[in-house]
Amino acid sequence: MFTIHARKTLVITMFLLGTLNVPAWAQVERVEELQFPPLPDIQILKPTRVVLENGLVVLLLEDHELPLINVSMHIRTGSRLESPDKVGLASLTGTVMRTGGSTTLSGDTLDDRLEGKAAMIETSIGETAGTASMSCLSDDFSQVIQMFADVLRQPTFDPEKLAIAKNQMLSSIARQNDSPDSIVSREYKKLIYGNDSPYARVPTYNTLGSITREDLIMWHRTYYHPNRMIMGLVGDFETSEALIRIKRVFGNWNRGPAIDDPSIPFHTTANPTVYYIEKQDMTQAKIIMGHLGLLRNHPDYYAIVVTNQILSGSFGARLFSNVRSQKGLAYDVHGGIGFGWDYPGLASLSMSTKTETTGQGIDALIEEARKMVTAPPTEQEVQKAKTSILNSFVFSVDSRSKIMGKFLTYEYYQYPTDWLVRFRKGIEAVTTQQVRSAAQQHLSPEKFAILVVGPREGTAPALARYQTVQELDISIPQPQTEN
Amino acid sequence: MNIPFPRYLRHFSFLLVCVSVLTIYAVPALSQDLASFEKHVTVHTLKNGWTFIIVERPVAPVFAFMTRVNVGSAQEGAGITGLAHMFEHMAFKGTPRIGTSNYEAEQKALTELEQAYQAYQHERLSPTANAQSVQERLNVFKAKQNEAAAYVVKNEFGDIVEREGGVNLNAFTGADVTGYFYALPANKVELFAYLESERFLHPVFREFYKERDVVMEERRLRTESRPIGRLLEQFVSTAFIAHPYHHPVIGYASDIQSYTMTDAEQFYKRYYIPSNMITAVVGDVQANALIPLLEQYFGRIPSGSPSPPIRTVESPSIAEKTVVLQDPAQPFYIEGYHKQAVTHEDQPAFDALDDILTNGRTSRFYRSLVRDKKIAVSAGSFGAYPGEKYPHLWTAYAVPARGVTNQEVQQAIREELERLKTEEITDEELAKFRTRAKAGLVRSLGSNLGLAMSLTDYQSLFGDWRELFRYIDRFDQVTKSDIQRVARQTFQASNRIVAMIETKATHPVARAIAQPSSHPRN
Repeated sequence: MFTIHARKTLVITMFLLGTLNVPAWAQVERVEELQFPPLPDIQILKPTRVVLENGLVVLLLEDHELPLINVSMHIRTGSRLESPDKVGLASLTGTVMRTGGSTTLSGDTLDDRLEGKAAMIETSIGETAGTASMSCLSDDFSQVIQMFADVLRQPTFDPEKLAIAKNQMLSSIARQNDSPDSIVSREYKKLIYGNDSPYARVPTYNTLGSITREDLIMWHRTYYHPNRMIMGLVGDFETSEALIRIKRVFGNWNRGPAIDDPSIPFHTTANPTVYYIEKQDMTQAKIIMGHLGLLRNHPDYYAIVVTNQILSGSFGARLFSNVRSQKGLAYDVHGGIGFGWDYPGLASLSMSTKTETTGQGIDALIEEARKMVTAPPTEQEVQKAKTSILNSFVFSVDSRSKIMGKFLTYEYYQYPTDWLVRFRKGIEAVTTQQVRSAAQQHLSPEKFAILVVGPREGTAPALARYQTVQELDISIPQPQTEN
Repeated sequence: MNIPFPRYLRHFSFLLVCVSVLTIYAVPALSQDLASFEKHVTVHTLKNGWTFIIVERPVAPVFAFMTRVNVGSAQEGAGITGLAHMFEHMAFKGTPRIGTSNYEAEQKALTELEQAYQAYQHERLSPTANAQSVQERLNVFKAKQNEAAAYVVKNEFGDIVEREGGVNLNAFTGADVTGYFYALPANKVELFAYLESERFLHPVFREFYKERDVVMEERRLRTESRPIGRLLEQFVSTAFIAHPYHHPVIGYASDIQSYTMTDAEQFYKRYYIPSNMITAVVGDVQANALIPLLEQYFGRIPSGSPSPPIRTVESPSIAEKTVVLQDPAQPFYIEGYHKQAVTHEDQPAFDALDDILTNGRTSRFYRSLVRDKKIAVSAGSFGAYPGEKYPHLWTAYAVPARGVTNQEVQQAIREELERLKTEEITDEELAKFRTRAKAGLVRSLGSNLGLAMSLTDYQSLFGDWRELFRYIDRFDQVTKSDIQRVARQTFQASNRIVAMIETKATHPVARAIAQPSSHPRN
């Protein structure tokens, strides 16, 4: 005891003096005896924000540790804007914009130049945003940023490269049922948002077959304008000099028309039904269940972040401890209420278990979901979860690239730029009662759609317990006309 | 298309990245780089043999560490395959002070549990066993399991790390190595010293037999239920006849369902000795403050007797081997060639060869198979597989495009390998390799955890972390004829193992794996 007491004094002294020489005290026996000096206040750096005359938003954050410069960009576009008969168009445009090269450098020459400098430029289009990024040694910045601007401003959509990209997408369709994971993630989305939802649909041989080079050109012409872009630079540059270079390559790009993108509605079609997909070449059943999740700006956001932490956020969380460690039913078990930035995410619980324990697995997940209400989070669980989230907060801002990534995202989805600060305060303010009522309100096991993927014989006894099981046909639709 | 690597293999693609990206084009810069980096590095070896590499990188008030243990699945023999990985899981189960409500009572319960398991297992594996007696012993075992479980404080070890703000808490097992890592806020260095010494000073194998079930689910998930998992297991066990790289890191199903707490205890005593451990701590830490803590905490661990070295050496390959997996999945093609350990003097030439063949859109594989012939959606290599410390395989892969056969991609891969044997590579290719390697090293210096992993790798493989930088010198000496010589030595039919998935709609794989297993479940 004496040792421990002396130790505490030393810690305090050390803190007051600000010295960093730690005396060689005795090691503690139990973790509770450890005393930690306070962590210095975390200063969240703010990038410099400049809006060019043409509307391009530029965020800059110097980082001189290494001779590197990284640029990332968000573009207002997204596959949810595709027409239903051209699903895959956004993704193809995102790929071929880079691989096809620009009017100044062909795709192949661009590859040679970039790889010769150990630099990279990549572009892509996802569900809710387009992205572009580049990375180079700082000495190469002026050359690589010029190539980057050319790719964004005047891509050629080389037909040869379009053929390669299409070939790759067609081949992924052929493989889309090979792995259990890809089946589950694709089909679960369809169950929740609906087969034809822009948030769930996937390219088919037919939709790809109908996409032409002109479609890509039109897509680029519609969405790629400086006033639809936010770019972030992090690295070894002087802010004023970097800005001059940015203006040189992007400044004379004319502002595009101010169009309002249609808001793409989401629906949920999920029924509290059990669904089954046959996949014979597995020794497990893969189980996922849940319903629609939430928007990130929901008033219960912070309470749900804590709820998720208690349910599945750590080694000691309920799902990991009960379903994995105690019952030994699964290696992978996950769960939580997902958030989308501008449309609701998915709430789900999932696991893989040997076919003999399919029924036990389903029951265990439902039980854990119910227990969030019937055995609601205790004061202790809530405190532990909050402590964990707050103690690890420093890792969300421990590099300038991470900070930039967050600012880009907030700006793109029009969240307040002090979202990070709000996050900390929001978590601190969460009460046990808020967690309980948020869990009760937003996690509804009685509304769960349940999907089981696995071999028919092994999973049959578990599925026979339900009055109706809807079997889903995931066979790949063959092209109506081969292109 | 990404090739899904199991967690315990993914590390090796990371290692490959490190091993293959370490050059510099401007010679004066390199010693300067090492010299300036070295100022932030302190190496400290305890009396018991545990080596620490401390890197002061105070860019944010956080640090990460990696402990690399010089043991992997290559240290296993028949009957205990997968045990290195199982121990990795058990290293999260706590100690006499962490994870229990009453250790004294728990210890007694665990001893009885193990006796009950041994009795059950003896009967279960006996050729003359009778079903009733097996069942009785199983019942006793299950009762003892419940008794012991009553004392468990679930996942307290990981819970402490995460409560205190730890992130990236995880571990991996490979053929050569077991790694443990996470990152903490900078004010928690003593927590790191406490927990990481505690877990290896006196691990308690609580929940062992439940965790075995978890590991069996991991095997079903990664190896049995994924087509490439199935193929890789066949590939690697065909490639090695003598060397323990032959068996899968995850272990055979029957071994996972048979190894015991006693086996794990023996394995721990034999291999988890301080001289087999290297830890790198990178971030906002100060060596002079940290070393006394390391002495106090890690100094508690006794040195132990040296671990037995691996004796078996794979004989030179004299026969080409081919594995064809008839599978419901789409075609997939790999071919491997036996080669020397990564510490061999030819490795830098191999790194060059690998870069030129497989790295990026300008690589020869991409340009031939994906861009020009349009027969593959991606093509590349696994690098060192399944390990790197001993002679292993360099493995090329291709994902055939829709409607393309394995034979077509095989032919295109062979053409590229032949070209390396008959023609010298170009000056541009060699220069590009060196430039990218240098930039790769620079990029790797920006991550605490990445650095901790690289430093322990080099310290362990070469005996000096400085090899991370010095490796550059060797790249500068690689010549075009070295690459040609290595290609000629390696890319020979008798040195080759081919493995492929051939699509078969009749699902023979499904039938085979749907068979009831021959080993009892518990």
